[in-house]
Amino acid sequence: MGGAQYFTGTDYLLSLPIILLTLFALGILLIDLMIPRELKWVNAATAFVGVLFAAGGLVRIQLAQAELMLQGERVEWAFMHSMIMDHFAIYFSYLFLAGAAIAILMSVRYLEIEHEHHGEFYSLILFSVVGMMVMASGFDIVLIFIGLELMAISTYVLVGFLRSDKRSNEAALKYLLLGAFSSGIFAYGLSLFYGLTGSTNLVNIGIGVQRELTARHNHASPILVVALLTTCVGLFFKIAAIPFHQWLPDAYEGAPTSVTGFMSVAVKAAAWAMLLRILIWGLYPMRKVYLPLLIFVSIVTMTGANLAALTQNNLKRLLAYSSIAHVGYMLLGLVAFASVDYPDAAMTDGLKGILLYLLVYTFMNLGAFAVVTSLRQRDVIGDEIDDIAGLFSRAPTEAVLMLIFLLSLAGIPPLAGFYGKYFIFLSLMESGHYVLASLAVLYAVFGLYYYMRIANAMFMREATDKTRLPISVAMKFALGVSAVATVYIGIFPERFIKLVTWSAGL
Amino acid sequence: MQSHILSIILFTPLVGAILLMFVPKDNKDAIRWIANLFALGGLLVSLPLVPWFWAQRFEPGFKFMEGAPNNWIPSIGAGYVLGIDGISFLLIMLTTLLGWVSILSSWTAIENRVKEYYIWFLILQVGMLGVFMSLDFFLFFVFWEAMLVPMYLLIGIWGGPRKLYAAIKFFLYTLFGSVLMLLSVLFLYFYNFRQTGSYTFSIQALYRTAPHIFHDPAYGSTFAILLFLAFFLAFAIKVPMFPFHTWLPDAHVEAPTAGSVILAGVLLKMGTYGFVRFALPFFPDVVMHPKVRGWMIALSIIGIIYGALVSLMQKDMKKLVAYSSVSHLGFCTLGIFALNPAGLSGSVLQQINHGISTGALFLIVGILYERRHTREISEYGGISNVMPLYATITMIMFLSSMGLPLLNGFVGEFTILQGTFVENWRWAAWAVPGVILAAAYLLWLYQRVFFGTVTNPKNEKLHDLTPREVLTFVPLLIMAFWIGLYPKPFFQILQQPVNQLVLTVRPDYPGISSPVNASIPAAPAQAAALHPVTAETTKVAKP
Repeated sequence: MGGAQYFTGTDYLLSLPIILLTLFALGILLIDLMIPRELKWVNAATAFVGVLFAAGGLVRIQLAQAELMLQGERVEWAFMHSMIMDHFAIYFSYLFLAGAAIAILMSVRYLEIEHEHHGEFYSLILFSVVGMMVMASGFDIVLIFIGLELMAISTYVLVGFLRSDKRSNEAALKYLLLGAFSSGIFAYGLSLFYGLTGSTNLVNIGIGVQRELTARHNHASPILVVALLTTCVGLFFKIAAIPFHQWLPDAYEGAPTSVTGFMSVAVKAAAWAMLLRILIWGLYPMRKVYLPLLIFVSIVTMTGANLAALTQNNLKRLLAYSSIAHVGYMLLGLVAFASVDYPDAAMTDGLKGILLYLLVYTFMNLGAFAVVTSLRQRDVIGDEIDDIAGLFSRAPTEAVLMLIFLLSLAGIPPLAGFYGKYFIFLSLMESGHYVLASLAVLYAVFGLYYYMRIANAMFMREATDKTRLPISVAMKFALGVSAVATVYIGIFPERFIKLVTWSAGL
Repeated sequence: MQSHILSIILFTPLVGAILLMFVPKDNKDAIRWIANLFALGGLLVSLPLVPWFWAQRFEPGFKFMEGAPNNWIPSIGAGYVLGIDGISFLLIMLTTLLGWVSILSSWTAIENRVKEYYIWFLILQVGMLGVFMSLDFFLFFVFWEAMLVPMYLLIGIWGGPRKLYAAIKFFLYTLFGSVLMLLSVLFLYFYNFRQTGSYTFSIQALYRTAPHIFHDPAYGSTFAILLFLAFFLAFAIKVPMFPFHTWLPDAHVEAPTAGSVILAGVLLKMGTYGFVRFALPFFPDVVMHPKVRGWMIALSIIGIIYGALVSLMQKDMKKLVAYSSVSHLGFCTLGIFALNPAGLSGSVLQQINHGISTGALFLIVGILYERRHTREISEYGGISNVMPLYATITMIMFLSSMGLPLLNGFVGEFTILQGTFVENWRWAAWAVPGVILAAAYLLWLYQRVFFGTVTNPKNEKLHDLTPREVLTFVPLLIMAFWIGLYPKPFFQILQQPVNQLVLTVRPDYPGISSPVNASIPAAPAQAAALHPVTAETTKVAKP
């Protein structure tokens, strides 16, 4: 690259949220040493404030960009073109922060019950968000990889946070081994691209790949295919598409429930941001090459996950498989994207579908996990379907909210979840994938069945334990935010559709 | 001029539901009063529609339009557009009436979780009304799907012993059909964009472009037929037509009485309404395709005969009524696919009739069930001795359901058969045994339950109808006699939309001038000329 030898003010401005979060995360580690056991919630409060500050930093970036835009200046690139704070990155950063904020609220009481209320928990969450932001805004494969590892290592620890719980330990080990393995494959693929194009920057990789393809009359050379395959395998591991999903149900089941919620939305969204950056921004010329792969993986993912979810009796495992199934639907958006040429409506609708899906999924899935988290009591683990039986008589509001989240996950209008599916199905119809679209909607019916198994238990079965379920204030707030977002986006989706259109730079 | 009458009708029950959320759940009487008041309020606010609609019944197009295309979600092209024509007008009146009747009938039947019950019921009412009012497919789809949730809960919480199975089966079946319909309409939406350059779900816009797919060389007739089949699946499951009916007996038998009344009275009509409002005008050439039409007619006739035969064999009263719905709805779809003014207007009228008489039949079964907690026919006998008033009302409603002249069922079935006969006398001939079988299973049921002496000692002490129970039947009886004795106003209301529809599907149909002339008397009202038709069809049916 060459050029500027020193970092400029713009670089620091564009990385403001990342810097703020890092400072807060380090701060929590220090504060934690000073506060007594009963006041551990201060850590959570600090982390929450840190998230707010980071959001403020994002707003600051947006304002500055808008102001400079008026002067015809586009300020997005930072750190010598290795990072880009474009609308896409800002949008995803907001998503990560929303996911982290709700997860922090969910964790306070849960960690107290588990007797594992330590400051490191919150600081790890903030660190992983830093990693995610780097993944979403990185435009250099090295930077993206660093972000990925920062996020992944933080989450490995979070998954194993319940030190005395065997399931948590097992989950963390599995996640660590498979995660490291997949990161290795991913790094291998990226290194091949570096070797082929001589650059680690996605722009140059795209240009290089295009040159390679043109030189061979649009046929990918074997080495290019190997590079693509290994990169894709790494990416599919991270978003947990079948057949690279084995780590996910175990990790989700064993992790502390609030961490599971966090992983299912923020970590997943970060993996998606990385996948979209690489496949759409970087490897755009190769989209016809990876299209068959995407079709295969999406079909297998939807089929496998929906069938596996049917028989689960553990709520966390069920939601884990459901989250894999959602990945399958989102991949379809990418299929539509990859199968048409530039000014086609299917392209924008497919991308919009994925982005909107991730947005609504953040709220509805975290909401569902928040309800599951609140089932954890002193003497009840509370993650089996039997534990949620009769929830309506124990906590009517939570039961109705859970019903809303489940219906939204199933894609019943007018709830938020419907719009994600809507755009994806629309993009499939526009790009002519009629059979694939039919398959996807039929799997949505499967989805309804397993979500309704939970609803059945909540509303139509008697509770074994008749006592009222205590819900902490923080948890009520988390549930409230998720529910309001799920319903509000469902009824007034217009501005959110505009938002994703904006974020995709369309 | 924008009138907000439809929105007011639509959201009155919702206001009630929201209000109920703030009532303490132990105050059951207050909850019941509020729910009943809002259900009655829903009926009362819909009554002004009657004179207003009557005044403009012959005018073409949708009336009381509200909202504008694309005003809800502009970037998708979905709008909050409401409007009615004669067909939806009648169905809306039926919905508000039955909504009130069924909420009134639940006063003593529902004892546990009263608050939720009424909340879900009122929300269900909103969903059903929305389906009949929407003139935007997206809005329609939202109501169509959203309404499944309260119904699922009503069956699943307050239902009978197999309620879990029945509730989930109902939900899955209906969803299965409607997701494919969603895909099909997404294609129409996309096609509309290709043709006109604008994204919209407005039904009137889709009416203009969707029929062209059949002739579009890029897609062709097979593709149009597939698109139609997706719609067909959604509506056929809802109606339910013959091979897709298996959810119905389960849902009906397990649902609480009021749930069954609404299910039979209104929910099933959403399927037939869907055919009339969407499938026919979107795919006129497909429904006129001889193969497609032949299948539709065949399935309708199989439904008529099969439903009736199965009813004949039932030991459970509620199941009997449930299967009789399959048979009656077969007549409705037969009328629709006769695709002429008589068949279509008869079909719509028969939908109203079915709502009235089958709704009443479910109430009748519910009243006995509430007293004895069994629906086994063999448990009863000689009930007319202990409950004379009940027996009388039951007789009238049975006669109405089996299609006795002077009562409503006759007018509908007769007009349908007349319309079918004009198209092909064999179709009518095959359908007629359904009428005879209906008389057989209903009269036999009546004989076993009401006639003779009281054999079961448990039945000796049954008390007759309470004033509240009588009140639930009064509007249904009035409507049954009104339609039976003087159906002309109903046919006049249906005349314009039905003729319009026939014109869309068969532009060269004789006898309808375009634009529809207000001075043409309603064809089916000229009943005098049609007597030979029934005589002949009955002859054919009875070898």
